[in-house]
Amino acid sequence: MTVAFGTILLTFIMATLRATTPLLLAALGGVFSERAGVVNIALEGIMLAGAWGAAYFSFISGSAWIGLLGAVFIGVIMAGLHAVASIKYYADQVVSGTAINLLAVGFTEFMLNRIWGQAGSSPEVASLPNIGPLNFMIYLAFILAIVSWVALYRTPWGLRLRSVGEHPLAADTLGIDVFKMRYAGVLLSGVLGGLAGASLSIGLLSRFVDGMSAGKGFIALAAMIFGKWNPLGAVGATLLFGASQSLSVIFQLMGIQGIPTQFFNMLPYVLTMLILAGFVGKSVAPAADGIPYRKTN
Amino acid sequence: MAQKWFAKVAVVALTLSLLAGCGGSQQPQDQTPSTQPPASQQPQEQPQQSEKPANEIDFIVGMATDVGGLNDDSFNAAAHRGILRAQQELGTDHVIIESQRPEDYITNLQTLIDSGADIVWGVGFMMQASIDEMAQANPDKKFGIVDEVVNQPNAASVLFKEQEGSFLVGYIAGKSTKTGKVGFVGGVESPVIGRFEAGYRAGVKAANPDVQVDVVYAAAFDDPEKGKNIALTMFDTGSDIIFHAAGGTGQGVIEAAKDRNLYAIGVDSDQNYLAPENVITSMIKRVDVAVFEVIKQTVEGNFPGGETLRLGLAEDGVGYADSTLWDKLPEGLQEEVDKWAQAIKDGKVVVPETPEEADTWTAPTL
Repeated sequence: MTVAFGTILLTFIMATLRATTPLLLAALGGVFSERAGVVNIALEGIMLAGAWGAAYFSFISGSAWIGLLGAVFIGVIMAGLHAVASIKYYADQVVSGTAINLLAVGFTEFMLNRIWGQAGSSPEVASLPNIGPLNFMIYLAFILAIVSWVALYRTPWGLRLRSVGEHPLAADTLGIDVFKMRYAGVLLSGVLGGLAGASLSIGLLSRFVDGMSAGKGFIALAAMIFGKWNPLGAVGATLLFGASQSLSVIFQLMGIQGIPTQFFNMLPYVLTMLILAGFVGKSVAPAADGIPYRKTN
Repeated sequence: MAQKWFAKVAVVALTLSLLAGCGGSQQPQDQTPSTQPPASQQPQEQPQQSEKPANEIDFIVGMATDVGGLNDDSFNAAAHRGILRAQQELGTDHVIIESQRPEDYITNLQTLIDSGADIVWGVGFMMQASIDEMAQANPDKKFGIVDEVVNQPNAASVLFKEQEGSFLVGYIAGKSTKTGKVGFVGGVESPVIGRFEAGYRAGVKAANPDVQVDVVYAAAFDDPEKGKNIALTMFDTGSDIIFHAAGGTGQGVIEAAKDRNLYAIGVDSDQNYLAPENVITSMIKRVDVAVFEVIKQTVEGNFPGGETLRLGLAEDGVGYADSTLWDKLPEGLQEEVDKWAQAIKDGKVVVPETPEEADTWTAPTL
């Protein structure tokens, strides 16, 4: 009880930034995919596989930077499966995403056993350095948020990407390659989802733990919706969700009674439902989000 | 055509992967347990394929894990060890099914019954309702459950006095803290985790009533990132030793101790191998001993049906790890801890079971 208020505040801010990072990276991935018109509930699986990829490549190379590339590589493969199924073969995007989430759980558990001969978690691997008090991945996440916003809203490429998510037929008529743009969107979500996984296994931690994504991919999706499918909105939403997690810790530490811990855990979902129902502002998905595009002759 | 071909392959592949998942994987009986850290780090009995049990008997042990799976590094893994020990020492056979989803519990238990298991184990408090239902539906079969109570004449229930083991590690923490503040990270608020918290707080109080205990529940057993974030927050606000009872979430607690070069206390099994310099001790819960003992009694014809076994220090059901880093801790601490352990075994000290009881509990003088 004798902890100074300044210490509490600083601790709270640091905890919030740490909790926000994986959510933000995954939410940015969701923004690219859905802005291009492909619903991506596979983020959870991409993240988990990316976390494994980061730990594995860091383990075999001894370099966390190679691990980071490995996470991107695995993330792109997982997203690529989703892209092929939902863009080329017009599969139901929710079904495809669910399949990838299941695949990621099985794949990572199997590989954990195969490679390290132990289950539960991998051995300790090289992890990314801290810059000052915070991990490299935390800075990267916020930088990528700004880069994403510029790319989506201040470049012709971003306009094209958004147009295939709003009205693919019109975009096609104007000569934009709808399929190519959609592939770009989904694969970018693989890159960012993989980075989100890396932020867990070799950023904030230094080993892969079975099932370590722990539903964060779904919270990130909620944040993406809460942030109105906009990278800067995603920053705000994930910061809010990160803050609600660290607040629950701070409240428990300070012995503040009366607010059950479950309240903070459900807050992200409740807020997302409220915003979807139109109670808090308004969030509208890209018009063609989730609808496969078929070329008509 | 290519599309159709792809679709067919995809459907077959997905169906197979689902089958592989939900049907549960039957482990070959001589499989080396994968749930162990490398043998060099934690020497344990590792059954070898060549080591055939002396005399095989006609007794099949069935076990369904909860969703944690055999890979949980925790009680499912420990129960598995108990079953393997029964194979080695008693010559029993076994069938094991890993549950992927809570919806599978009943199906998996039925599969075990159908495969002729003489005793069917459900491991983990999440299996309670399923075991209860199956025990009622199959009054001629024997069941066992760990961490919960099933009130059926054909079910044996095993509970642990987690508070007694937690008391000892709490005592170690209370004597070893340099900041006068220690932490506890729980997984999800529940009676079981409450016993860990209560025992730990009582142990700290017995060591030094002036030491403050910060308690935080993560609301998750599977989120190491959250666990680390919580632990870093605790360390940054003055704690220097944190005990976790939070499964995979606790792995993050141990990492945080390593990052800050402070101390963590492991749980369930000896977790020193995760950070040999920082995990000063672990509270051990011998699920393997419990499972083995019940199987042994059953083989001998003394199945403790309808009974609830409560294993504490006296029964060797709980304790602290052999790997305890005594040389980093105050001198003479081991003798003190063992003195308290003896007092608990003798019933001279009764450790509180719930956080509420721990609030009002005062330590007797030994």
